[in-house]
Parts: sequence; structure tokens; C-alpha cells
Amino acid sequence: MRYLTDRKRAEGRGAAHSGTADHWYMTVSAVALAFMTPAFIYVMGSAIGTSHEEVLATFSRPFPAILAGLYLVVAMQHFRRGAAMMISDYSQGITRKALTIGAISISYAVIAAGVFALARIAL
Amino acid sequence: MVQLTLPKNSKIRTGKTWPRPEGKNVRKFLIYRWDPDTGENPRVDTYFVDVDKCGPMILDALIKIKNEIDPTLTFRRSCREGICGSCAMNIDGTNTLACIKGLDEVKGDVKIYPLPHMPVVKDLIPDLTHFYAQHASIMPWLETKTNRPAKEWRQSIEDRKKLDGLYECVMCASCSTSCPSYWWNGDRYLGPASLLHAYRWIIDSRDEATAERLDALEDPFKLYRCHTIMNCAKTCPKGLNPAKAIAEIKKMMVSRRV
Repeated sequence: MRYLTDRKRAEGRGAAHSGTADHWYMTVSAVALAFMTPAFIYVMGSAIGTSHEEVLATFSRPFPAILAGLYLVVAMQHFRRGAAMMISDYSQGITRKALTIGAISISYAVIAAGVFALARIAL
Repeated sequence: MVQLTLPKNSKIRTGKTWPRPEGKNVRKFLIYRWDPDTGENPRVDTYFVDVDKCGPMILDALIKIKNEIDPTLTFRRSCREGICGSCAMNIDGTNTLACIKGLDEVKGDVKIYPLPHMPVVKDLIPDLTHFYAQHASIMPWLETKTNRPAKEWRQSIEDRKKLDGLYECVMCASCSTSCPSYWWNGDRYLGPASLLHAYRWIIDSRDEATAERLDALEDPFKLYRCHTIMNCAKTCPKGLNPAKAIAEIKKMMVSRRV
């Protein structure tokens, strides 16, 4: 029990002066993904079912490799922010913090692994 | 935070069924009841009203029940014409004002509950203390720095028109209590009603605290919890669109950076 006035409870600790950058990034990345996703699906789709050598050959060409790399980075950054938003909607306290750390870790791990794999294939 | 089940002491049980009167046009009302003084769980009481002997609105039926059947039924009401916002409640699954919701708009049994996800004071009365405090926190008044003019703060007809669709809000809380984001994070998210009022003052051409108002809203919870679910616009009994006002605030936030 805390004897706080209603106004103090409503104002909390004030504004964090952040959020707009995330909002703008989500808007821009959503537009980017709307264009990149069909291209990425086309490149991936054309590689599915082919031999190992053909897949290596596909992703050693500049366009598929750069597209896949960009897609990974943009999609995972989009995922990171979206997941953090969702986690803070549905959970609180230590669970919220742990899940947010998990989402951030997963997104960077996927980016690192994906970019490393692409670099090995392409270079 | 999301809660999937009600706490034990909030589980609703079946309550008393009042006698059915004679008449051709009798309607059944299922009404949420809870009295903190009894220590009992909430219940849903069943009433029957002959709507031929009653006014045309839900509020008329509630007043008839209170006057003629059960004087312990508790609800807020005042203007009975959609101006004061007192009689906001959940009717037939939608948050609205009982005074402007017609009995003919509800098919079948009339189910009436208090506004959802708010602490209940008694029966159909929610505790709106935090909601009002949030409204106060957005400074719902004209802020000026220039010396007061001799006569009045002037405003062009075009600038005045920008306030249409905003100033009509009666703070009934129907929108905020229909918003899942407000249910989950109502302690920090300001909710559609307060944000609509915030926008009303941000775009007022006479107000000189635009920057401070935007600064105060720039927060992942206060503003950016709005996920454009649009329940607020769908439920608003005055036909306003708080989601659009929130989107406009977000656009102003972006325009300060980009």
C-alpha cells in the first residue's frame, strides 16, 4: 500500500522521450519488407529442391547474397522491435525483462549466423 | 498485463430472478450486481420489464427497475441525453451510453455489465479515478506564454474547424475501456480518451505548449501502446475517432524527427 495521489500515480515517472524512433523504424521497415519479401521468397523458392552446388552458386552471386543479407538484418530488426512490443503488452516484471532479452538475443544470433553463412558462401 | 481468468472473488454467479410482470411486451434484463459490503462474489440478476410502460432507452428501463423493482440497483446517470457521459456501461457486449442506446437496438435479452477491466465500486459503477487522473495529466486546458490579449484569444474559422470531432468527447470512458492495450497496460498507457483530448489541445491554434505536450507524450507506453485496434472508434457512442487522433499525434512526433 502506497499513499500516492491519483495524479502522481497517473504521471508515473514521466515520459521516456523515446518511442518515435522505433515507431518510424517499424513503419519504414514494414514498407521495405513488403518489397523485399516477395523477392526473397522468389530467390529462396528457386533454390529449394536444387543440388547443394546449385544453392552455393545461387548465393555466391551478388544480388541473391546481398538481398538475403539485407532481408535477414531488416526482418530481424523488425522482429526484435515487434517482439519487444508484444512482450511488454502481455507480460510484466522480471518475465518481461527476461523475454525481451531473449527476443533481442535471438534476433542478433540469427543475423550473425545468417550473415556469417552468406559471407562464407559468397566470399 | 494479460489475465486469462478472473480471480476467485470476481467469478460471476447466477443471482436473483425477479418476478415477471403481465404484459405483451416484456423484456428480460440480465444485470451485473456486486456489493462490496456483502463480501459476496458478483452475480447476474434477472429482471423483467414491460417495455410498453417504459421509455425507449436502456436507461429508462434501468430507472424503471430501480424505481419499481429493486431500489438497490446502483448506476450513474445524470443528463439522460448523451452529454454528461455518466451512464457509460457495457450493454449487449458493447460499451456505450445507456441513455442513447435504444431498447430496440438490442435483440433478445438485454445484458448489462459495468465498463470492462475497471475496478468496480458497486453494481454498474466503475472506479474512474485513474482515468480522470490520466486526463488531468495531459493538461486539458489552454496553455499560453504570450501576454493575455485585451479581449480574447482569436482563432480563425479554419482553425476552429480542426477541433470538430475532438471537442465533443464527453469522457464517458467507453473507448478506453474497450481498448485491449488499455486493459493490459492501463497504468501507463494513457488510452484513447486522454490521447484524443491531448490532440485536441495540441492542434488548438491558440495553445502555445505544443512542444511540451508532444514531449510529455513521447513515451513507448503513454502513446505508442496504441496498436490501431480501432475498438475505440467502433464503440464511441458519440461517433468520434480517437484512433485517428492518436495516429495524427504519431505523425506529428515523426515530423519532429524526419
